Parts: sequence; structure tokens; C-alpha cells
Amino acid sequence: MRYSIFSLLSQALQGHKGWTPAWRDPAPKPEYDVVIIGGGGHGLATAHYLASRHGISNVAVLEKGYLGSGNVGRNTTIIRSNYLLPGNTPFYELSMKLWEGLEQDLNYNAMVSQRGVLNLYHSDAQRDAFARRGNAMRLAGVDAQLLDTEQVRAMLPYLDFENARFPIQGGLLQRRGGSARHDAVAWGFARAADSRGVDMIQNCEVTGITISGGRAVGVETSRGPIRAKKIAMAVAGNSSRVAAMAGMRLPIETHVLQAFVSEGLKPLIDCVVTYGAGHFYISQSDKGGLVFGGDIDGYNSYAQRGNLPVIEDVMESAMALWPGLGRVRMLRHWGGVMDMSMDGSPIIDTTPVDGLYLNAGWCYGGFKATPASGFCFAHLIATGQPHKVATAYRLDRFATGRVIDEKGAGAQPNLH
Amino acid sequence: MRITCPHCGARDAQEFSYLGAADLQRPEGMAASEAAMADYVYQRDNPAGLHRELWYHGAGCHAWLVVTRDTRNHAITAVEPAKTRKAGAAA
Amino acid sequence: MSTQPFRLASGGLIDRGQQLDFSFDGTSYRGYAGDTLASALLANGVRLVGRSFKYHRPRGVLTAGPEEPNALVELRSGARREPNTRATVVELFGGLTAASQNRWPSLAFDLLSINGLVSPALVAGFYYKTFMWPASFWEKLYEPLIRRAAGLGRAAGAEDPDHYEKAFAFCDLLVIGGGPAGLAAALAAGRSGARVILCDEDFRLGGRLLAEKREIDGKPASEWLAATLAELESLPEVRIMPRTTVFGLYDHGIFGAVERVADHLPQPPAHQPRQRGWRIHAKRAILASGALERPIVFAGNDRPGVMLAGAVRSYVNRHGVLPGRETVLFTAGDDGWRTARDIAAAGGKVAAIVDSRPADPARKALADKLGARLFASGAVMGARGGRQLSGVTIRDASGAMSELSCDLLAVSNGWNPTLHLTSHQNGKPAWDDGLQCFVPGTVPAGLAVAGSAAGRFTLAQALEDGATLGNEAAVEAGLAARPAEPTPTTDPETNGLSPVWRVSGGKGKAFVDYQNDVTDKDVELAAREGFRPVEHLKRYTTLGMATDQGKTSNLSGLAIMAEQTAKTIPQTGTTTFRPPYTPVAIGALAGHHRGRGFRPIRLAPTHDWSKEQGAVFVEAGPWLRAQYYPKPGETDWLTTVNREVKAVRASVGLCDVSTLGKIDIQGADAAEFLERVYINGWKALPVGKARYGLMLREDGFVMDDGTTSRLGETHFLMTTTTANAGKVMQHLEFCHQVLWPELDVRMVSVSEQWAQVAIAGPKARETLRDVIDPEYDISNEAFPYLAARPVTVGGGIPARLFRISFSGELAYELAVPADYGDAMVRALMQAGAPFGITPYGTEALGVMRIEKGHVAGNELNGQTTARDLGLGRMMSSKKDFVGRLMAGRQALVEQDRPSFVGFKPVDPSQRLRAGAHFIGIGKPGVMENDEGYMTSVAYSPHLNHWMGLGLIRGGANRIGERVRAYDPVRNGDVVVEICSPVFVDPEGARLHG
Repeated sequence: MRYSIFSLLSQALQGHKGWTPAWRDPAPKPEYDVVIIGGGGHGLATAHYLASRHGISNVAVLEKGYLGSGNVGRNTTIIRSNYLLPGNTPFYELSMKLWEGLEQDLNYNAMVSQRGVLNLYHSDAQRDAFARRGNAMRLAGVDAQLLDTEQVRAMLPYLDFENARFPIQGGLLQRRGGSARHDAVAWGFARAADSRGVDMIQNCEVTGITISGGRAVGVETSRGPIRAKKIAMAVAGNSSRVAAMAGMRLPIETHVLQAFVSEGLKPLIDCVVTYGAGHFYISQSDKGGLVFGGDIDGYNSYAQRGNLPVIEDVMESAMALWPGLGRVRMLRHWGGVMDMSMDGSPIIDTTPVDGLYLNAGWCYGGFKATPASGFCFAHLIATGQPHKVATAYRLDRFATGRVIDEKGAGAQPNLH
Repeated sequence: MRITCPHCGARDAQEFSYLGAADLQRPEGMAASEAAMADYVYQRDNPAGLHRELWYHGAGCHAWLVVTRDTRNHAITAVEPAKTRKAGAAA
Repeated sequence: MSTQPFRLASGGLIDRGQQLDFSFDGTSYRGYAGDTLASALLANGVRLVGRSFKYHRPRGVLTAGPEEPNALVELRSGARREPNTRATVVELFGGLTAASQNRWPSLAFDLLSINGLVSPALVAGFYYKTFMWPASFWEKLYEPLIRRAAGLGRAAGAEDPDHYEKAFAFCDLLVIGGGPAGLAAALAAGRSGARVILCDEDFRLGGRLLAEKREIDGKPASEWLAATLAELESLPEVRIMPRTTVFGLYDHGIFGAVERVADHLPQPPAHQPRQRGWRIHAKRAILASGALERPIVFAGNDRPGVMLAGAVRSYVNRHGVLPGRETVLFTAGDDGWRTARDIAAAGGKVAAIVDSRPADPARKALADKLGARLFASGAVMGARGGRQLSGVTIRDASGAMSELSCDLLAVSNGWNPTLHLTSHQNGKPAWDDGLQCFVPGTVPAGLAVAGSAAGRFTLAQALEDGATLGNEAAVEAGLAARPAEPTPTTDPETNGLSPVWRVSGGKGKAFVDYQNDVTDKDVELAAREGFRPVEHLKRYTTLGMATDQGKTSNLSGLAIMAEQTAKTIPQTGTTTFRPPYTPVAIGALAGHHRGRGFRPIRLAPTHDWSKEQGAVFVEAGPWLRAQYYPKPGETDWLTTVNREVKAVRASVGLCDVSTLGKIDIQGADAAEFLERVYINGWKALPVGKARYGLMLREDGFVMDDGTTSRLGETHFLMTTTTANAGKVMQHLEFCHQVLWPELDVRMVSVSEQWAQVAIAGPKARETLRDVIDPEYDISNEAFPYLAARPVTVGGGIPARLFRISFSGELAYELAVPADYGDAMVRALMQAGAPFGITPYGTEALGVMRIEKGHVAGNELNGQTTARDLGLGRMMSSKKDFVGRLMAGRQALVEQDRPSFVGFKPVDPSQRLRAGAHFIGIGKPGVMENDEGYMTSVAYSPHLNHWMGLGLIRGGANRIGERVRAYDPVRNGDVVVEICSPVFVDPEGARLHG
């Protein structure tokens, strides 16, 4: 059923009795053309683009919990394409373009809001590094502006410009960056894929991958075996566990990233701001809560929760950036487990097992990538060839040295 | 979290830095292969469960420790100095 | 000043001798010490306290505790304004000011209550279905409107004038909650001698005992409470912390808590923080956090004047406030009857009791005694009234409706254990069908749950649990077991309950989540649209996502979803409670880490001297370093820096380089160890010599560089860059302890033990001659380039002299024990005075290193290889070293990797900027034409133009070629010529002077 102001008003007149489920709740069929493991943002987006762009709709998305229960519902909702390296920038820019048309594509308001993403810098060296990145963005056709202190002050007058340990010297602004309503992204993709015949199968945990003659031919699940011509993994956070079912080890560690939301407040901050002298980023949701986060906790973790040292570190950065936040209350904090890859960049590739496709290693940048990840993964599954903006995301790049290390932190996941 | 350092006693985990899996064996010497080294540098088991891992007591005794911890719930069952570790004991 | 019309003539735990004046929305009122803001407002007859989030419905006080969803105010004003403050937990103080929020223009007349009229369209998730057309209108029109309407209170925005601090505590037992169970637990453990911390969020200990009329050991409970508190206070190892909320349980027995030190005062006293954030390490903990009462979902259940029955008892018994003249009780169990009884005892009128359970003679008799009409098997179908409750519609057992007028409706539907902390580590609560509530399921190790928090709701159970678990905890903490003591006896109580989750069929909205305006219809809609898993329900309807975190709404929402899907509540799901238990001020968790105190500042040993010289300082990681030393009359930094550079190259200058990392490495295998961590060779380095070293990460990229000196056969001193000092130390320890424990080597950081100063320029030796003790020959022959030896200065003070140069001049670095640093620099200034010695800062240092083409932090950015930096030939092929194999990977040795060269502007008047990318002349600025980027730039007073270092494809093979330094983010596009990275003295003649 199509969503619009007219359907909403007409339903309002009949007490909203006529709405139908956003997606069906089918039992798994014995076989599909494509089985996608993981009903998070990337898996659902992959299903949508397989069905809508490649006409492949005999697809099942298998989700061990509820749809969108992974990191798509646990992040700080930031979208941006302000990347440095040529392996990344065009991919994230494709994602940004898909965000820009997402609501019309999905007929679902995911509240994509291009309010701007501002990365602050605090030293000459950081300014030059940001200029290098901003120039790389411009070369890739992405919008970027380098602001000085006064331009930042005009945008965000309440930041600490007077007494800061690391004075704000300026910022790199991507105006087209912003945020989106994270759950709605998952729901919008799920509903759109469902409308094209994709089966969303919740409470269906994959327990094994069946390999026959070097080829993946099906999965064992908590709801029985399912055969598939192609099997696609989109289980960031748990990629190593699922890959192990196919006998693979990955260049990935699982780490927890915490996120925070404050009580609802009248509008205070219009764009997304990241602090350059600590790990901290903040924005305000349409509902009024300040949404913020910081660094990963730093040790392998599958527990979806974090600990006090990082929480305090985040609050310290918050106060250092904006001393007016002292009396604002943190309402909730939670953790998501992420695939921290060895170079900080993702993997979208085939695997040594025929018919098994891998989408993994999103670190803490997976949300903004959701549309392009699904788009490129669907392309790879449908055509066997990587999409042109995702050619760098190879699994063998660690062996060849073609790593995509934005931070220059090396093969240590907790530094990315 | 708290880590009981064999030298310093129970300390807040904030005193330590984390590195990663403890039982990886560096391919040593001129005969080592690039492939084996790439495997050592990049590939990880990343288990959901018991994990032997390296922590550095930078704000204490400067010892590298092998901590056995369950990555699902952070329960720590053993801490030993890396220098005297029994490699691969729980691999 | 009003007269507190709803204050009882006597009773309550308030100090009627201490009157406190306060204001709400500009009107002045009076309360007493011991009041909360809510109790004082109720005493004054203020019913309308707030507006709801979406429909802007008028709202009053629902509860008497931290679970309050409605009575949110902006407390205080100006920079101290605290939005969304629950009036039910604000301790009244004289001069308190509060204002209602989320209304315009006023609380009584709120224009946005029009949302209530269009509410048929504003159902759960309506915004996902519309505002999509036209696409450009979302950011321009729809979203700004939504943002303005949404949100609750207004944050101050201005800098918080108050301070916060962090504190740490360790104990054998942490008791969370100072009600009967917690007090009994603290007492039992405290008597054993255990170190006990007892935290309670309230300003007065006693928990529900403060709100109830109960007996312990045949006497009023207040006597037991007083005696227990007195004994606890007498126990030296027991620490009682009122006004302290334990908000989170973290791994390994660590609890987060916030102590509200001064929130009950107009402002914090001098030298006191507003709040203190605690990290409490507890061997054992007992959760005695009690229970939270549950509302019932019926039409109009949000009218100001509808209140939870237990809260009514709090106001009557604790605060001496009867919040209505004419009460109706709607109860699903025995507990509500206590409210009717206490109201009657206080002289109030109970007009009717609506009990959802079938008729019962004992209850009938009691109702008669209270003078109340009893509706057995009854239900309140609806509550009416605008800004204040005026009456209710009651359905009796036969289905007949009655209208009753009343101004207070007390609602009782049983209690939910406050088990939040048990699920902070992902533990799921378990449904207890007998109790009809969730009770703690899997409980984290070291935590026990006592009393109501465990679903053991009677006072007797609370006292028994506390004593038993307190004793156990003491024994587990290693204290001697004590003989069991008799548990106090209590007056009898019954807790019969048959919960009513919602009353269907009423007219108007029935709220599940008050604050977020989620109605039962919204839950039905979620079910209809397939948002049935509990997390979908929450996220789709926003149920439980408000500032009260669903304390009063989660279970009703689950119950209605269960009803819709024909499942049981436990089949429908549980919700995960995430920390914090109640919202925590960001300031409390940041402590003093703000402003200049955000991070510690490290100062060089010569800092005070530099300050005397008028240095401008710059943040360099944790350090504050002298950036340049302006002289009077120098108005811009470039003038100063040019002067400093020229002075060094013409005569002599000095610069503090103490911030470099220094690692002392000793042992029979020290040289072997260096062979393995550096790419170049070390075994052949003679004693008394220094060498430049480069180390890689194991992935083959450059990690750090520096000079390392051999001070003895088995003794080396390594220097690292300032930025990587800690990282390299950790790396070396890793290499030794983890990779090669068999090597006989030890290392220690001596960065802070030595003050080190660079003395550079043609007159450097002559300057030093006066400072180094005369018995040391520092002539060019005796102390040639790269010599590194211990010397003494100032008549026997140990020192180390290194003939190394970052500037390309004749240069030395002189190190003395850190405490002599200040004296050293003054002595050097004196010795160099005849030569006009010039202090120089990091800017001039940078200019000279760029003039010499030395790599530094901008080039060692973690993305470059030794080959990229022109240092590939340093890599030994005769030995294994960290990073050797990975540095040989295909992509790291490709010829077209950008590599290190110099750049100069073709038009010498043009300025260069680091971060510019290189693009071929005449080629469009697109990614495909990106050839590399400028890493560092400086103005060379020697060359009189800007110069740059950078990485470009083809590198040294392209010297003489011109490209564009393309810098669109700064509107820059400069034609540059590729040149050697060594701009000054390429032969190195000056070095050996």
C-alpha cells in the first residue's frame, strides 16, 4: 500500500484500521536464488537493489532476531562522504547520492536530512590534513569547504572558543552530509524489498553453511535447511563467526562502539559536529535528543555494551567542546558490535568458496554506507563483477598491500 | 573492567592498552614467506568466547600480559605475563 | 503568598518550622523543608505542571519518584537552567525557581495543543508515511517545523558555571537503595565489619517506609528506621551516601553513581562541586532498589489529578499533602486500599473505590468503614476535565455506567521490581506469572537482589532478604560469619492483585507512554503493521524512549501487544534496560576535564624560561611547546620566524627538544634488538656514535624515526619523535616481551629524566665550549659529526652531548638531568651572548628541516613506506626486521607510488600550502588526475620564497617538471616545479663545519 499524505488522511478518517503490515511474515521456502544472511541495513538494502535493479526477487533475507536489530538500529545516524582515499570517496559519494533519492525510491520517509557535517581542526597540521582530504573530496566531485575559526563561530557560537585546551582553528564542512532516521532506513528497505517479493524471515538464525564441491549450496538455520544458488553474508559484527561456518578466517576483529542520546531538547545544534582533539561527534535528532558518540572501547567484544572509561572520555570531550552541555542529561547509552577491519575499510567481494559473497568490515562507518553497500553488493551478486566504485574493497588487498588506510593506523583494528 | 596484573594486583582496565590475539606466531627469519607474514599480520580468529589476548600495562609495570577473557561477557579467567606464556594453550 | 490549601494540618516528614519560598511559572509559593517541588506544588493546589510531547496535553504529577513522566520542568534559570527536571525528585530549597516547558505562549494556553485536534493523523510513525513530496521540502519546510515542535525543555546553551568532580571508591559491599531491604543489608554486613557503601537516590533514607504507615517489632516503622540509621552511622566502615543514584552496572563489579552534592541548594557552596561522578568498585553488591508502581491504561488517564496510588500515600504520609478534596480509587489489588485507608486517616474523603476484582465481603466492609462507594468488578472507563480532573466514568459489575465527580483519581495496578541494574549486562528479566511482573532473570556475578526489587514485595520479606544477603555478602567478602539474628516482625500485609492492563471502550485517548504520547491505539497500529517484536514496538511508536525510559509504560505496552497478538506477555518479549537508570548530567561524568583542564598539559623543562622570553606556545599533542619568540616590534609570526632561522644559519640558536621520546636500551643483545626493530644496521655502530634509524610497523609502513646513540657496548639511547614516544616504547616492549623474550635486553623510557636542547649554527661549538667542562675536547676532530658521548657541564653535572643536526648546521644536542634544564638553557644563553644566540621555536625548527628535506610527522603519516620517503636504501637486505616482508608487497613497491621530492613555486611570490594535491598542468581537477599531495610547506628566508615537500607519482624522476598544486578548498592553484627536497646546502658542508 502506497504511503502518502492522502493515504494517511484517508486512514485517519477510518481510525487507521486499513493499514497493512509493512512486510509479510512468510515461512522460509526450501530454496531461493539468493539467500542473504543478515536482516540489518546492508542485508535489507542488498535485497531491495537485487529486486529493484537486477530483477532478482526470489530472495530470502534471514535474520536471527528482528529486522534491523543490528547496527542499523544502534548507530548515531550520520551520513557523509567526506573520505580521503580514492578507494573510498566514490563509493561513499554514490551512497550519498542514493540517500538523496532514497525516500522517493522506497516510498518511505527515512528523514534524510542534509544538515551538514563539520569536522573541527585544532592545529596547523590537522588543518593541512583536512585540506588534503577536502581537496581529495573536491577532486572526486564531493562538496567540501574548509572553514576558519570565525566561520565556525558563526555556525556554532556556543562552542568553547575562549578557554579550550585545544583551541578550535576551523573545520572541514560537508554541507550535503547530515543524518537519517536509522530504523526507518531498515524498515524502508525491508518494505520495498518485500513489495517486490523478497521474503523477510525473522527469528531465523543461520547455524551452518553447506558447502558441496567447493561451492556454497545452502544454509542450515534454526528454521530448517534452505538451499540457495548464491549466499550473501551481510552480518557485520558477526562476520568472523559466520565466515567460520565456511572455513574462512577474516582480517577482522569484533569491537564494541558505544552511542549516547540525551533527553529531548528544543533545537540547539543544527549540523553534525566532530571534535578534532578527542573522540567525539554530536548531532540532534528531529525528536530533540542529542545523539553522540566517541571511540570504540578498544578490545574484542561481542557484548553489545561498553564500559565507563570510554563513557567518561566521551563526556569529557563533550564538555571540552561545548561547556554548556554540563546540565544536559545523558538518557541512554548502548553498544553495537562492529567488524573492525585491519585497515579500517570494508570488504565487498567474492570469497574462495564459490557462490559465497562477503560484505563485511564496516568498522563504525556502516550506516552511511547502507545504500551503496546494498547497491554494490547486489551488483556483485547479480553480475559476478564488482561495481566500479567498490573495486578497491577486495578481500585479497591485505596480501597485496593495496590497503585502504584512511587514518594511517596500520593493521591494528582498535586504532581505526 | 578490572585486570589482575600478576605484578601489580587488580587494576582498572584503563591502565592497560589492548593489542589483540595473543597466540599468533610471528614468522621469524629471512626464510619466512610473505604469505605467512600477511596471515600473521592480518588474519584473526576473532572468536565469540574465550580469547587469549595481549594487554600492555603501560600505566603500571610495563608488562605485556596474556589475558584470557570471554568476549561475550568479559569474564577473565587467567592473566599471565607474555614473557613466560604458554603459547597456544587455549587457541 | 498562598496558604498551601492542600497541606494537611499535621504529620509528614517535613519541617514546618522551615518555610521555603519558591516560584513556578513566575508565581510565588511556599513549602517546607522536606518537600519535593512536586509535593510543594500539590500542597499549593497547582495541578497543571506540564505539557506532553506530541499533543501538548495538559499534565500533572503522576508519581512521587524518579519514574515521573509528566511533571517535567525547567529548573533554575540562566546558565544554570536544567530542562526536563522531574519535579518529583527535586528537593525544595528557598529561592527555587521553576518553569513549565514545551508550551507556547503559556502553560494554561498552549497553541500547539492544536496537535490534539489533528491527532487522528498524528499516529505512531505518521512521519514515515508522508513529507516525501516534493523531495526538497523536507529540509526546507517539514523538518524545521517538526524540530521546532519536538524537543522538550530548553538547554541553557551557555557555559555551565558549576563544577563537577570525579571520585573513586572501593568497598566489600555496595548496597543500592536505602529502603528496608537495603538498610537491613547494610546493617548485617556492617556489623560484620565489612566496608559497606549504601547509596540512595533520595535525600532521606528509608525508601517506602517514609511513605507508609507500617509497624516493625510492634512499633511504628519510623522507630526502627531511626535506630537502624543511628547504628549504621556508628559503624566506622559503613558509608552512607544519600542523594546518590547508582545509575549503571559495568563489568567486573564497577558501578557508576552520581552524587548530587549541591542540587538541593541555590548554588554550590564555594569549593564544592554541583555533582560528583563516582566509580565504585565493589566486591559484592546488593540491589535493594524497590519497585515502581504501574498505571492503568484507560481513556483520559493523563488528566492532571490522576495519580498513582502509592504516590498519593507518599504525598499524604511523607509530605503531609492531600492532593485532592474528593478521591476515587481505581485499584487492581490490595495495595491500593492502603491509599484509601491513609487518605481517610488523614481526614480526606474517599468517594469511591473501584476494584477490578469480584466482590468480597471483607473489602465491602472496609469500604463501608471508609465511607466509600465500592464498585467491585469495576473499571474507570474515562477521566474527564481539561487542565484538572473533574470526574470519572465508572463501569460497574453489571456494565452500567456512573459518573462521579472527583479531583483525585488514585490508580493502583501493582508494582514492577526496579530490576534495571540486573539487565545492564544484557541479562533478561524473567516473567513471574504468580506475581504478574518481571523479576530479575540472570543476575550478574557478585550482585544479589533483595526485597521488592526481587519481587518479594512485603516488608517482612524485604527485612529478611536484607539481613540474609547482607550476611552472605560479608562472608563472601572474606569476613567472619556471624550468628543469625532474628528478623524483625512486621504488621500483616496482603498483596492480592489481578492486574488490569487496559480498559477498552472508553472515549478519548488512553495513554501507555505519557511523555511520548503513545496511546493504546498506537500499539494496536504497530501490531497491525507488523511491528510486533518488542524492539519494533518501541522504535516504531517511541514507547519507552522518553526521559522516563519507559518506567511506567513498558509493561502496559507489552501487555497490549500481547493481547493484540494473542500471546502471553513473556512470549511477546521483555525490554532491555540500558544504563543509566535515570538520566545523568553530562558534566558529572566529565568532572574537571573541560576547558584548559580537558587534558593534562606537559611542559618542557625550559618552559618558564621560554615564557620569560615572551614565547608564543603551541599545543603539540600533550605538550605545550614554544612556537616562536617574538621580539618587540615584530608584528607577525613570519617576521619572527625568519629572524630566528637567519640567526641560526648566520650564528647560533637554541631550541628545546626535550619532548622527543628517549628510551634507554641496555643488555648483551641490545644491538641485536635494534637490528630487529630498525630497518638499518646497528651492530657496527661504534661506541660514542649516533645514527639515524627508521622503524616500520609490521605491515611495512613507516612507524617512526630518530637518532639512536651507542653509549656503551651494551647500552643505547634511542630517540623517537615527540608524537610517537609512547607508541614506540610500547612497541619495543612488545617486540621484546612477546616476540623475542630470549633476547637479553631491557629498556626504560627516560623522556622525562633528561632536558635536551639543540644548539645549532656556525657558532654552536664556541657557545658550547663555555658550558661543557673544559676537560672534554669538543673540537671537530675529537667530537666529529654524529659523535655522542657523556660529558659534564657546570663543573661536574652529568650530561650527554650529541653532534646531530636537524637544521643542517653545525649542531649539537645537549642533555642534562631534567631539573638542570632551566639552568642549562640560561648558561647556554649566557655563553652564546657574544654571538647573539637566538632562541628558536618549533616554527623555525620546521622551516630549517624543510630547507634540509628531512621528513617529519607530516610525512610519517602512517601511509608512507621507506621507499616513498626516499629512504628505501636504508633497508638492510641482510637481516630480518619488523616490517621487512610486508614492505615488499606488490602494492608497496610499485614504481608509480607517490614519492618524496621538493616543490618550489614557479612564480616566487606565490605561497604554497600543505594539503594541496598535484594535478598536471592543463588537466581538469578530477580524481583520475590526482598525482599526489603536498605534505609540508614553509617560507625559506634563505631562498626568499616558499618551498614545499610532498609526494608525487614518479617522484625524483620528474625533477624540473612543472605541475599544479591544486587546493580548491582554499581557492589555491599554484604552478610549482618539482625539485630536490634539499633546498639549502645540498652538499652538507655546513654540517661538518
